[in-house]
Amino acid sequence: MFELRRKLLKGGSVAALLSPLLGTGLLVPTSVLAADWNRPAFGTRNIGDALKAYGNANTASESPDIVISAPEIAENGAKVEIEITSNIENTRSLAIFADKNPMPLSAILEFSGPALPYARVQLKLAETTRVRAVVKTLDGKTHVAFREIKVTLGGCGG
Amino acid sequence: MGEQIKIRAQIKGDMTDIRILMQHPMETGQRKDDKGQTLAMHFIQTFTVSHNGKTMIEGQLNTSVSKNPLFAFKARGIKVGDKISVSWQDSAGDKRQDEIVVS
Repeated sequence: MFELRRKLLKGGSVAALLSPLLGTGLLVPTSVLAADWNRPAFGTRNIGDALKAYGNANTASESPDIVISAPEIAENGAKVEIEITSNIENTRSLAIFADKNPMPLSAILEFSGPALPYARVQLKLAETTRVRAVVKTLDGKTHVAFREIKVTLGGCGG
Repeated sequence: MGEQIKIRAQIKGDMTDIRILMQHPMETGQRKDDKGQTLAMHFIQTFTVSHNGKTMIEGQLNTSVSKNPLFAFKARGIKVGDKISVSWQDSAGDKRQDEIVVS
């Protein structure tokens, strides 16, 4: 028994040996089940790149069926509450961008089961900016809605 | 280990309002402390909301989500006695999970 264990460890290939089991559902690491953080999209530093990195959201069609409610003027950019409802059928995910933030993509939310395509979130806004909500549907279509928010005091820096 | 996630679910007929407060500094990496030292970036990257063990909302966040963010969601068909759990993982690898029973 110990012999076998030693051999396995020596080979340094325990993970490799177990990996065929992953697909069977016998060994599913929980970290794989959680959504992976979309580093390329979150790390982009301008809205054009962010939309592209998120998956061709730059070609999304504007839709009146996405409703964004937010204050017209936010006195404190450190906490701005934004409420988004998608009335588009088969909405799978919702992404929120603030065009002028240093990193425009703020959040991606994916809905399934009993969850409705609705979210209220609190964002930091660096300056007066256009906020956009990008909805992706189950059949792969992308829609967008915009909302301008004036910020009196920015919420990202010191 | 982060601070407790506060979860509140309120059933209104067929609809349920779910409010989730995640207590976290959500540091952007742009702020400086009193001595002019930059505070390291530290923020929640992913979170999951589950209903009776099944994922219903998966979220990914950036540093631009506010400190101690409060989220609100809606769901249909949740009943008294159902379990709602929320877990998050931050950029430092810290994790937190909490669960409530809907009453």
